[in-house]
Amino acid sequence: MNQLQNFTKGFIKENPVFVLLLGLCPTLGVTSSAINGLGMGLATTFVLVMSNIVVSLVKSQIPDKVRIPAFIVIIASFVTIVELVMQAYTPALFESLGLFIPLIVVNCIVLGRAEAFASKQSIGSSIIDGLGMGFGFAFALTLLGGVREILGSAAIFGFKIIPGDLMLVFVLAPGAFIALGYLIAIINKLRKA
Amino acid sequence: MEYFAIIVGSIFVSNIVLAQFLGICPFIGVSGKLSTSVGMGGAVLFVMTIATIVTWVAQYYILNPLGLGFMQTIVFILVIASLVQMVEIILKKISPSLFQALGVFLPLITTNCAVLGVAILAIQKDFNLLEGVVYAISNAIGFTLAIVLFAGIREHLDNMDVPKYMRGVPIALVVAGILALSFMGFTGLV
Repeated sequence: MNQLQNFTKGFIKENPVFVLLLGLCPTLGVTSSAINGLGMGLATTFVLVMSNIVVSLVKSQIPDKVRIPAFIVIIASFVTIVELVMQAYTPALFESLGLFIPLIVVNCIVLGRAEAFASKQSIGSSIIDGLGMGFGFAFALTLLGGVREILGSAAIFGFKIIPGDLMLVFVLAPGAFIALGYLIAIINKLRKA
Repeated sequence: MEYFAIIVGSIFVSNIVLAQFLGICPFIGVSGKLSTSVGMGGAVLFVMTIATIVTWVAQYYILNPLGLGFMQTIVFILVIASLVQMVEIILKKISPSLFQALGVFLPLITTNCAVLGVAILAIQKDFNLLEGVVYAISNAIGFTLAIVLFAGIREHLDNMDVPKYMRGVPIALVVAGILALSFMGFTGLV
């Protein structure tokens, strides 16, 4: 597999949210607007790339039996870094993402890539894999956030398209499930068509 | 009265799965059959309660006195991961029958964000230890309620004529959305 395929597989073919159905908690929890989805996606991308790099660097030093706890410590360290940086520089985004920032540590995508990819491949491929998967995740979250924001509050990235609200339910909890259900169905159709 | 508010609030009003979006992976993953979803609910109840007690003690007696509040995420996930391992080993020795019932679900729980989420929320909400325990138990009951209701609906869904591309997860998510809609009816109860 060449590096370009390695990078682009995360967008549609192996999209972590739409196809692999990983990391659904933050996907549903933070996408009440496109900007929140993008912020969460980029924070996860950072953790994904950095943990992929470190896991790939130390893979030969870690005994096989304790590799999962070791990966979790590596991931948790980068999540803590993201947490502190966001708290200092983007306090508004930090407020609205709330609990879901520390929960990046239990996002199956991050541990999944460390275990399935970075622990077996070179640093270069691991960085590209992390970027591809991370951007795929960010793409999915921004798309879902955008759809919910347009349908719910008739705005995109905070800009009002028409005044007033549309179907407010899409900004609330039930709308998250319903919008994601229909998006996955559409992606299914696109992939098989 | 305060405990009543915590209990009703976490089971119905802000249900952990349907309103707070925690523990979605097992919610979608093991809700195919009614019996497995009850087993998962039991395992979550068990681990969530113990994890909240242990992380509460770690926060107030280790992290806070040492000024290591920023280590919360790392310490909590390590505590939960090792706790799950320990529970697995102890259960195997003490109660093989309980282990048989819950065993397959235990490893899945480490990556169940509901457990870590509730542990962090109990600290963020400034609960004392007893309130934290009540909070954890009621959230676990809320999780079980949601997953059992959902599994019951999904068993019927198998016999329905669903459009081709909506089959499986997409229709399940739409059903979860409608379930969440009905839980919104509890808003304002406490």
